[in-house]
Amino acid sequence: MKKALSLLLVCAMTFSLAACGSKESGTTTPAEDNSQTEADAQPEGDAQPEGETEAPAASDGAVFKIGGIGPTTGGAAVYGIAVQRGAQIAVDEINAAGGINGVQIEFNFQDDEHDPEKSVNAYNTLKDWGMQVLVGTVTSNPCIAVVEKTHEDNMFQLTPSGTAVKCVQYDNAFRMCFSDPNQGLESAKYIGENGLATKVAVIYDNSDPYSQGIYDAFRAEAANQNIEIVAETSFNSDNKTDFSTAVQSAKSAGAELLYMPFYYTEASLVLAECSKQSYKPVFFGVDGMDGILSVENFDVTLAEDLMYMAPFVANSDDEQVKSFVTKYQESFNEIPNQFAADAYDCVYVVKAAMEEAGVTADMDASAICDAMVGAMTAISYDGITGKQISWEANGEPNKAPLVVQIKNGETIGL
Amino acid sequence: MRQMNIKALNKTTKSNIVTYGIVILAYLIMEILMRAGVVSSLLQGLLVPLCTYVILAVSLNLTVGISGELSLGHAGFMCVGAFSSAFFSKCMQEVIPVSGIRFFLAILIGAAFAALFGVVVGIPVLRLRGDYLAIVTLAFGEIIKNVVNVIFLGKDSRGFHISMKDAFSMGLEPEGEVIINGPQGITGTPNDSNFLVGIILILITLFIVINLVNSRTGRAIMAIRDNRIAAESVGIHITKYKLLAFTISASLAGVAGVLYAHNLSTLAAQSKNFGYNMSIMILVFVVLGGIGNIRGSIIAAVVLTLLPELLRSLNDYRMLMYAIVLIATMIFTSSPGGQAFRERYSLKRLIGQRKETKEAE
Repeated sequence: MKKALSLLLVCAMTFSLAACGSKESGTTTPAEDNSQTEADAQPEGDAQPEGETEAPAASDGAVFKIGGIGPTTGGAAVYGIAVQRGAQIAVDEINAAGGINGVQIEFNFQDDEHDPEKSVNAYNTLKDWGMQVLVGTVTSNPCIAVVEKTHEDNMFQLTPSGTAVKCVQYDNAFRMCFSDPNQGLESAKYIGENGLATKVAVIYDNSDPYSQGIYDAFRAEAANQNIEIVAETSFNSDNKTDFSTAVQSAKSAGAELLYMPFYYTEASLVLAECSKQSYKPVFFGVDGMDGILSVENFDVTLAEDLMYMAPFVANSDDEQVKSFVTKYQESFNEIPNQFAADAYDCVYVVKAAMEEAGVTADMDASAICDAMVGAMTAISYDGITGKQISWEANGEPNKAPLVVQIKNGETIGL
Repeated sequence: MRQMNIKALNKTTKSNIVTYGIVILAYLIMEILMRAGVVSSLLQGLLVPLCTYVILAVSLNLTVGISGELSLGHAGFMCVGAFSSAFFSKCMQEVIPVSGIRFFLAILIGAAFAALFGVVVGIPVLRLRGDYLAIVTLAFGEIIKNVVNVIFLGKDSRGFHISMKDAFSMGLEPEGEVIINGPQGITGTPNDSNFLVGIILILITLFIVINLVNSRTGRAIMAIRDNRIAAESVGIHITKYKLLAFTISASLAGVAGVLYAHNLSTLAAQSKNFGYNMSIMILVFVVLGGIGNIRGSIIAAVVLTLLPELLRSLNDYRMLMYAIVLIATMIFTSSPGGQAFRERYSLKRLIGQRKETKEAE
């Protein structure tokens, strides 16, 4: 019996290995199996029966190949999947409307599991596929590892949501979102200029570069804005469910405003804890707060009057936003978050820069990069995460920071 | 009697030569293929990680297979090696511009620090046995990861500054540079790792482990594994030999960490790369390759690292396939049914049978 079972499983394994060499997974691209061709070149991998080395796919010159990298499995999958979906909608729209300068786009999104090493593997896979422009990566640390490689290869890179400063440290890389320090700076300025509070308590996630990066910049700017930080408490990824001490210390320090530079899942717990301790300061968050109203089993009245920096508001009256949100809901049955919106804009920015630079599909990645880097600083783009966005040569976007507030369970722009 | 000894020796020597040969052959074939330009970027990018995992698997095999101690904290030593060497390289980037010398020193530093931690961890931990040892090493691995995550270390004209709280409280001068930035780790480590260095390090690892196993010390270590009381009764110093094996294993893991850190420009201690997930993955390499079987560890590490990448075209299902392959391999290599199956249809036997039938004719 066991013998039969093991034989069956071995057959299954052999079949699966053989299948991966030749069969197409049928996602969005017709020519992605190139990445497997030289697998058998590994001499020690003699257990793999897959065989024939294919000739490199002839580029027919009829498509632009845009690659994407982000986590679609693992703990950060929610961000990667949002980016994949947002970008896919933009690609489908552009292709339906006739493509870029009449040339269709192929989009190939690879999983990196939020791991720098896997991210570089994903990048190499895309390179084998023939990628000409990279939209990614989604998370900061993998982005820093990948930007090193794109810089070596001179590949144009536009990250939708890599917020760390070093994500765009090279000339070939740009970003769609605000950088971490930029957000910290802008929120301190906003609080100071609008006189929201002078005594501020901060809770932050010291295991998350995003949270830490924002807070560092916030603290540096706070001194200039006459803001006194009276309490600061940190938590980390292994310990983020109980916020009673953090809220207690903010309350006893008499803080008038609670600054929360982290994601909405933890924020919902903090808000619940504040309500439990009947502590009612002004709540101020960052763009990670986007999505708090859709947290399951969360009493949205707790988030009343919560303010946060948001590049994208899903229920905005803007025509572009409305159309995007409708399409996203039709396709995936959920409200898009800021990651999806950033990715959507990224693809359109790539389109705008390509049209400005006048690149053609038969150019190689390096030539496209050279042309697009020049074009990026020349374009001005109206999208769903901001209007009249322009880019500096250092890769940072110029867009107006938007602060929104939750009123009666709805987000409204301030 | 004497003849038998020589025969036995020849057999191990032969087997060792085959192991070295596989590694060298793999290098030559890859090098030729790369020169010919037929190797995909994916595989080229995977070469250094493959070397890293091979070293890790071989070094853990020393603890698990030869010394018989189940250690689940191997990634912790890798983490120590990675951070100490990346810190060194980052500081010395301007002072030693020749990457070869700098990397050589970085490797020594990574190995030394990991060995130091091996001794520190080993002294209390090796008093335990079995499950208890596994649990404590698991905890030590996590502790190392978490401690690294709260270290902030910066450099300015006044020297080094360290903080366990945040980068701000180090009070750096404006032009000062933060080198280890807590959870964000070290960014901008020079990319000094390459395939050749990786292969050389594998060969050195093999040389150390194989020679240790076949030495007087190795026999003492294996005697302790097989019967602790008997070994003690013939005068083998248990703690000394156990600690020796554990420390060498840790130090080699540190070398793998150095290779890892200098392959990517970002280094952060996450549960993905230095947590227990990684420790268990290395253990999986060792178990699947055969506990105590060095060559098996090499092959298992290579196959299991390549597998998820080769299955990329299956998208999210690749994790599923990976698990199925693991289970199938386990059944095939270790279950009684699988062993009987292999016995019946083994290549050696089939050849032997054919010979027998020929002879009969």
